[in-house]
Amino acid sequence: MSDDLSRDLADASGPATPPLLETRGMTKHFKIGGNLSRKTLHAVDNVNITIHRQEIVALAGESGSGKSTIARLLARIYKPTSGEIYYQGKPLSSMRTRRDSLGYRSDVPMVFQDPFSSLNPAYRVNHGIMRGLKLHRRDLTSRGQRFAEAERVVDAVGLTPAAEILQRYPYELSGGQRQRIGFAQALAYKPKLILADEPVSMLDVSIRIGLLNVMAKLRQEAQVSFLYITHDIASARYVADRIMIMYAGHVVESGPAEAVLADPKHPYTQLLLSAVPDPRAPLAVGAETDKGEPPKVIDPGPGCRFRARCPFVIAVCHQIDPPLQLLGPRHSAACHVAKPDVDFLVPTHEVSST
Amino acid sequence: MSSAPILEVAGLRVEYSTSRGAVVAVDNVDLEVCKGEFVGVVGESGCGKSTMLFAIAALLSPPAAVTGGTVKFHGHNLVTMTEKQLNVLRWRDYSVVMQSAMNALNPVITIAAQFKDVLKAHGAASNNEIANRSAEVMRLVGIDPIHLKSYPHQLSGGMRQRAMIAMALLFTPDLVIMDEPTSALDVVAQRSLMVQIKELQHQLGFAVIFVTHDMSLVSHFSDQLIVMYAGQVSEIGPTRQVFDHPAHPYSRGLLDAFPSIRGPRVELTGIPGSPPDLARPPRGCRFHPRCPQVFDACRVTEPLLYQVGDVQARCLLHAGGASLLETSEASGATT
Repeated sequence: MSDDLSRDLADASGPATPPLLETRGMTKHFKIGGNLSRKTLHAVDNVNITIHRQEIVALAGESGSGKSTIARLLARIYKPTSGEIYYQGKPLSSMRTRRDSLGYRSDVPMVFQDPFSSLNPAYRVNHGIMRGLKLHRRDLTSRGQRFAEAERVVDAVGLTPAAEILQRYPYELSGGQRQRIGFAQALAYKPKLILADEPVSMLDVSIRIGLLNVMAKLRQEAQVSFLYITHDIASARYVADRIMIMYAGHVVESGPAEAVLADPKHPYTQLLLSAVPDPRAPLAVGAETDKGEPPKVIDPGPGCRFRARCPFVIAVCHQIDPPLQLLGPRHSAACHVAKPDVDFLVPTHEVSST
Repeated sequence: MSSAPILEVAGLRVEYSTSRGAVVAVDNVDLEVCKGEFVGVVGESGCGKSTMLFAIAALLSPPAAVTGGTVKFHGHNLVTMTEKQLNVLRWRDYSVVMQSAMNALNPVITIAAQFKDVLKAHGAASNNEIANRSAEVMRLVGIDPIHLKSYPHQLSGGMRQRAMIAMALLFTPDLVIMDEPTSALDVVAQRSLMVQIKELQHQLGFAVIFVTHDMSLVSHFSDQLIVMYAGQVSEIGPTRQVFDHPAHPYSRGLLDAFPSIRGPRVELTGIPGSPPDLARPPRGCRFHPRCPQVFDACRVTEPLLYQVGDVQARCLLHAGGASLLETSEASGATT
């Protein structure tokens, strides 16, 4: 994919300043099997993500599609096999010093999926927050200042009374409260972007919405951007400005949340949407036929990765991997059969197949 | 589906004995399941759903114990039966699918070996019979029997969950009890599993008690819905009825808690607060501290289950017979 297009896809109408975070051709392959094995698992292939300031971007897809790998790449837990990640215009691979890397970690913290195992059960909840503050917030010189800051962030995520909550042990908190502590921990570093890896999928449905509201509030009040990773597309629509749909390591559709949900271009997005239980709607027939499994992307050949499950498969799908194409305003999909919006002119600098 | 009930639960009460005294986790639950019926049980974590299931399946272990009521299955009271007597019924007449198949399967032996264990323990069949039946149930749930030789880690989450269901069906029981079988799966796998359970039910005619915290999940699949809160049944009735006209504010809260993929984007609030500590349940209605429609009587009077049309709801709004909920909302509901 040409660089031109990828930027076009990302921020056709975006602001002129460099995006907060941008990836170009980010790819992560894992070697699998024994030492002699030449097999590679393509977890993430050629992914371009752009996240602007104060923007919530949702990354949706089923388990095994590479969502969490992306979060880990962005958190610098993994190094990309190829491609580059730019943070405020600077490539991450050029970061050498501990100071740079600490700075990045405090700017881009992560919130984990499982609130039951991500807090240390042996310490009171203030422990994690205070340690983070000591490491990342050099402006707070005394313990008192740090404690005041910890109270502020715990309060900001909706836990009151903050001083009392900070003295509790994780087992004294409910799942929703623990996950709020996770967000408070991330917030303590004055972050620019929070990587939230399925932050609500372990919680009760009745509690999820509260956490999603916390995300929306932090974006508003603390000017934080979010990468919200989820398999629940309804919650993605609820909080996110833009949605990217992943399938088998590829981004298959990307666009403004409303556009993607109202007019899904990619057959996989359509499948994902039809699977969402909605008591307000009559039972949709069609999803029933799908009993497929997400593929293991080990040494994939050419061709669309969704073709085995796709109801609209045509000959070209078996030979050529479809590139992302603009099919509507800021709305793109990687599919040979997807049609552009009725009155939308597909840009002329069409991509040559990759 | 109006045949005689195969399972009748009456006045079921389960207590956990703790250092702070007895905690009543299931309080006076009545429930009937007919042949081939799909009963959904919904509620938040900590409301006693799983404890109730375990009590029905006679699987409770200390500190939990049934301290009142009966669980009549085909006329036998499971509560008073001995382990030996229960072992005759277990798996042959009723079976349980545990939460999270990731941990419920033994990781160090193959699927076939786990099926064999069950078949031997409850039927003592010949090796040939075991192989045939194992392959048969795997085909029933749509897994190639070749995977019988696989270890759990070689299967995907959805396949493992299917294998668990296959295992529950080894003896074609009359009742299958499922404790959040889909909660570890993503939406697509979840949907296809639900459809499969429903298909199998049509095919084999077993009844299902299905526990979940996601009310939307069972909307299209269950015949009867039970909403539990703080160890009590807060609403019970035909599923469609509960969804279309929730009589209890808690049911309404659960329904409004998840965003829709259609319609306008509206701000949701969920249900503020969290379920009460069952060791010290609030006075009066147990839901009153979180209830958006609370009034004075709720704080002192403990509500009973009141008949509201086809459903029963534990809410004082319905105590007088006339429904205040409807008038207060003017929603035009015709119950």
